[in-house]
Amino acid sequence: MPQASPRGGDAIDRRNLDWYIDKGVQVLVFIGGVSGILFVISIFVFITKEGLGFLTEQFSIGEFFGSPRWAPTSSHNPTYGALALIAGTASVTGLAMVIAVPFSLGAAIFIGEFATGKPREYLKVLVELLAAIPSVVWGFIGLSIMNPLIIKLFNVPVGLNVLNSGFILGLMAAPIMTTIAEDALKAVPDTYREAAEALGATRWQVILRVVIPAAKPGLLAAVLLGVGRGFGETMAVLMASGHSINLPTSVFDSVRALTATIAAELGETAVGSDHYRALFTLGIFLFVVTFVINLTADLVVRGIRRK
Amino acid sequence: MVAAEPQARPLLEVRDLAIRYGDTLALSGVTLEVQKHEIFGIIGPAGSGKTSFLRTLNRMDQFTPSMSVDGEIRFNGRDIRRWRNVYSLRRKIGVVFPLPVGLPLSVYDNVALSPRLGGIKKKADLDVIVERCLRRAALWDEVKDRLDSLGSLLSGGQQQRLTIARALSQGPELLLLDEFSIAVDPVTTMRIEDVLKELRQEITIVLVTNLVQQARRLADRTAFFLTGECVEIAETERMFTREVQDERTRDYVEGRFG
Ligand SMILES: Nc1ncnc2c1ncn2[C@@H]1O[C@H](COP(=O)(O)OP(=O)(O)OP(=O)(O)O)[C@@H](O)[C@H]1O
Ligand SMILES: [Mg+2]
Repeated sequence: MPQASPRGGDAIDRRNLDWYIDKGVQVLVFIGGVSGILFVISIFVFITKEGLGFLTEQFSIGEFFGSPRWAPTSSHNPTYGALALIAGTASVTGLAMVIAVPFSLGAAIFIGEFATGKPREYLKVLVELLAAIPSVVWGFIGLSIMNPLIIKLFNVPVGLNVLNSGFILGLMAAPIMTTIAEDALKAVPDTYREAAEALGATRWQVILRVVIPAAKPGLLAAVLLGVGRGFGETMAVLMASGHSINLPTSVFDSVRALTATIAAELGETAVGSDHYRALFTLGIFLFVVTFVINLTADLVVRGIRRK
Repeated sequence: MVAAEPQARPLLEVRDLAIRYGDTLALSGVTLEVQKHEIFGIIGPAGSGKTSFLRTLNRMDQFTPSMSVDGEIRFNGRDIRRWRNVYSLRRKIGVVFPLPVGLPLSVYDNVALSPRLGGIKKKADLDVIVERCLRRAALWDEVKDRLDSLGSLLSGGQQQRLTIARALSQGPELLLLDEFSIAVDPVTTMRIEDVLKELRQEITIVLVTNLVQQARRLADRTAFFLTGECVEIAETERMFTREVQDERTRDYVEGRFG
């Protein structure tokens, strides 16, 4: 005869400590998840609130995206053309990806598919160490090593330019991209490799025909993460790019990046001024671009999965 | 079932084979020959070394660093360990694993992979090979309308037949099957067995099986492995008619084994 307890259960069906712990953890995790979403939304609301006034009042889409003249501090005729800044960020990120994608995918394939035993472990640690170098240190390398090197090698007047910052940014992005790409390769079951090798495929054929196609979503995620990293990186680009407003026509032109502009100028503007709000508009633009990159990554990955 | 006619030269000659994982002996003292167009069965309880044996035949032991092989294996008279291009050896030997491995490619590409690796590029040629192999594996009717969908999305039994089609696509002289029916329903198993009987006209098959009756249905001769030892090799029928040389074989065949 089951005993009725005050809580309404009986000897067999009773809510014990485990049950309450489980419920408690569920609530905690839920709060964690929801607050993450809330943070993102409130950041977006904050940026939009600060920048929106500018967008709706003074902002002309034609000028913002079409004019390369960013002269918000000009006393008689302040202009807010972000084209040069966008081109700066895009050129630096583009060059960085040209360097980082082959480097990181190559490194990931070597670590994941060819290296074994000790060397493999050392390499992985090394890559993780590289990922841990702070961006200001990278900027320092750009300023003090790359700068004179570029001047000497290519015989150009300034070494702080697209080449310098793109190279630095590529080196910065490569380790994390390598790690993610290698995880993606490792996630491909060994049975695939064995099955393909049993068919007489060489190691390289196995990698090219089976492993890489199977790891494609992860590899793509690695690349897009690198692109996002490039767009968002501030300090190293600020230090290595020359920080001068230019529509670059060669890799030896100095440029100014969106992020570096915000970082360098925001502290010196009066809260609520046009300049202040224009910087927030840049912020909105960065946010949207990063969001679109991540969304594309997500959709592409999902698309591949579904197929 | 008739024993294969003895040929001038066996397709496979194994002499004094010993397989170790690290220092642990997994199989030793195996000496046997497999004739052309023979179905050679291998039976034995779990852990007796059947899979290890099969893996050494096309040098898949390379995948396991701790695995070492002693003794001699000759394929078509050539020592396989002296084969200079291991990939060309593997192309002559098809393998079917216990659990089907549908590669994450379309059904078509799964079967076309090996011919493509072999240098066949023309779509028309590939089409012919793909259809022929899928038909021979008794899978064509089920997948002919979904050749473009992922091979790994087929059912387990379909994937196993896809694996067989893939193994055939490389035009092997020798087909190694490792407990192919472990994830396949009885009806499909019987269909695959019919396919194997037909294939016997063209190729040689080494069939590892945990179903004693399957060996009886298919194999001309059968070897009985027990804890790393090749206890007996005999014409399969003899094993079931108590004409065995070793008590342990009879015990196993009759299911009186611990
Ligand atoms: N990768 C490995 N590392 C170490 N030992 C192994 C490895 N693979 C197999 N062995 C050992 O070798 C012996 C033979 O294994 P094997 O897989 O060849 O047996 P099997 O006859 O195929 O068994 P089953 O019928 O269960 O498939 C076993 O004792 C097993 O533990
Ligand atoms: Mg086995």
